[in-house]
Amino acid sequence: MRWVTTRARDGLASGAVPGTVQSIERAAAILRVVAGSGGTLGVTDIAAAVGLAKTTAHSLLRTLLHVGFVAQDPATGRYALGTGLLRLGTPLDVNELRARSSNWADALASRSGQAVRLATLAGTEVVVVHHVFRPDDSAQVLEVGTALPARSTALGKVLLAYGATHPPELAEVRAHGWAAERGEQEPGVGAIAAPVRDAGGLVVAALGVSGALTSLFDARGVPRSLLLAMVVDAAHAVSRELGHGGG
Amino acid sequence: MADRYVLAVDQGTTSTRSLVFDRGGRMVAVRQREHHQYFPRPGWVEHDPMEIWANTQRTAAQVLGDMPDAGDVVALGIANQRETTVVWDRVTGRPVTRALVWQDTRTADLVTELAARPDAGLVAERSGMAIAGYFSGPRLRWILDHVPRARERAERGELLFGTMETWLIWNLTGGPDGGVHVTDVTNASRTLLMDVRSCRWDPDLLAFFDIPAEMLPEIRPSVGVLGTATALNRALPIAGALGDQQAALFGQACFAPGEAKCTYGTGSFLLQNTGTELVRTRSGSISTVAYQLAGEPVRYALEGSVAVAGALVQWLRDGLGLISSAAEVETLARTVGDNGGCYVVPAFSGLLAPHWRGEARGLVAGLTSYVTKGHLARAVLEATGWQTRDVVQAMAADSGLSLPALRVDGGMTTNNLLMQFVADALDTPVVRPMVGETVSLGAAYAAGLAVGVWSDVEALRRNWHRSAQWTPTPERARALTAEYPRWERAVELSIAWGAP
Repeated sequence: MRWVTTRARDGLASGAVPGTVQSIERAAAILRVVAGSGGTLGVTDIAAAVGLAKTTAHSLLRTLLHVGFVAQDPATGRYALGTGLLRLGTPLDVNELRARSSNWADALASRSGQAVRLATLAGTEVVVVHHVFRPDDSAQVLEVGTALPARSTALGKVLLAYGATHPPELAEVRAHGWAAERGEQEPGVGAIAAPVRDAGGLVVAALGVSGALTSLFDARGVPRSLLLAMVVDAAHAVSRELGHGGG
Repeated sequence: MADRYVLAVDQGTTSTRSLVFDRGGRMVAVRQREHHQYFPRPGWVEHDPMEIWANTQRTAAQVLGDMPDAGDVVALGIANQRETTVVWDRVTGRPVTRALVWQDTRTADLVTELAARPDAGLVAERSGMAIAGYFSGPRLRWILDHVPRARERAERGELLFGTMETWLIWNLTGGPDGGVHVTDVTNASRTLLMDVRSCRWDPDLLAFFDIPAEMLPEIRPSVGVLGTATALNRALPIAGALGDQQAALFGQACFAPGEAKCTYGTGSFLLQNTGTELVRTRSGSISTVAYQLAGEPVRYALEGSVAVAGALVQWLRDGLGLISSAAEVETLARTVGDNGGCYVVPAFSGLLAPHWRGEARGLVAGLTSYVTKGHLARAVLEATGWQTRDVVQAMAADSGLSLPALRVDGGMTTNNLLMQFVADALDTPVVRPMVGETVSLGAAYAAGLAVGVWSDVEALRRNWHRSAQWTPTPERARALTAEYPRWERAVELSIAWGAP
């Protein structure tokens, strides 16, 4: 693959290059100004620096704030580069992911009565980054760090379906927004999982419950609706915790 | 019958939170509001009691409003930051000064002076605790000595004293208009003014600290109806109150002698239930009241407080900039297989249990050019594990009780490396409950138990479920026991370093 780059432009030149998107050019200019200012500028200064009307600069900054590319000091109103931008190209720290998801994972286990696992993709395998026991006090072993095959687990199907290759046989997972596992990995055991997204909307993890097939699915193999809603809601809640959908 | 719910108010150091729990002990709603921290001079920490009362009223009303039917909420329980001291006018309801917070160290000189008196041994003998500025009695004395006319007004019966639960209950039940002036036995036990056996204010201790009895609240059991809250959008019986760490012990269902919990937050707080027997301590843990059910004998606990746990990870993040979030300490620590011979003693402002050496100062020991930031991160986490072992050993020496398992809660329990290290360092299983909100859950349990939402403590025990367990590995446990003297040596050096 050949990477095409263009020379960075300092401000917003009057004649935009044909075929480019103006608001992205403007946002890029704003980011350069914010990066160069060291967090000392407010909206008025930024608008002046890039030659935009204050209202235009304000709405661009609000959007950048929303996706986590800039941060705003609540006391002074000044802008700095956001953690979302600083983290670009660096995967979300798995321990951070566990810490942020912990309360929601506990609540999901408590309400569903099932074991809860959160996983990320590592090559063709799925690695468990957080595990909450099934709340029945039976003997269980913490599975954090365990690798699972991606293709035969609900967690893996979610991660593959939303990954770079998104195989056609998993198109249904994307259409539904969840994946099911019906004994493929372990006889009699099933799972339901849903995607967790980061601030930029990228699927970074899968969250799901696992337990006896009969407690997860009805006689026709359809996920029990209450349980499915709990899983999807919990995955949304963790995504919000990561800044998705404006926090 | 409609399901019944309990409201808990967790009046903490940085915020006031109102939470609703269902009969399964699950949290169904929460509202929170932070309050201002005032630092008028170095070492002084104050809160505005009026702001905290307003936040309590507001969050409680909001969370009741969040419920589909607020009528299903049948009782209110309170857990509070301990030892924070409020004095107010019983007619106007206005505090005479801001609350002196438990972190405030202004009473240090007063305590040194009092401890030098020939009759100072009385304090430990009666209250069960060695005289220290950590407790609320000396703070009350400071207010009487320094706020204009406070002493004469207190002696005339115009002023009332209370810790946070007392202040909130008085306001909830009507304030100047018939407010109930009570404290629970766990909070009273942290004043140094209570006889820890009879659980009454002790006249000799009041004389020692020169405190007028007129201003003291009535001491009541932790579990039992204290009054009716009329200041919310709905009248509710206030049926439970506990200091926050005791509330966590209750929320963790540690009802049998030997059962213990450790809360890992900024500092760490380990409490072990010792049953109806008060343990006389010699090894550096504190004997304290665990809780009391109305009509039953008082249950006691041993307590070991460590000042710096999560705060050390924050220092790694904010002071050194080695990580960008607290959770990343585990990622950094896992870049290496061991501590590389490095030990960190986080005695930022002395050491609490079991050493009680205010002069100790922090150190990093064992540096060689081999040591990387990964080793430092590991040593930071291990410091919390070693300190837990220090406290558990002291308690075992004092109580003779074995520890079947350590129940943990708090932010650091999502750190698997640390939790496994604690299990190995103690050679004891470490277990985390499904509900991490143990402080507010304990307050809800106390209140719900008093009004019959739960029949007895066994019903509460059945609500407790494991969400994770870390089991010690025998060879690691042996290796850490062999390594422990290195840590003890580092602690000795930190004390020697800070010595005048």
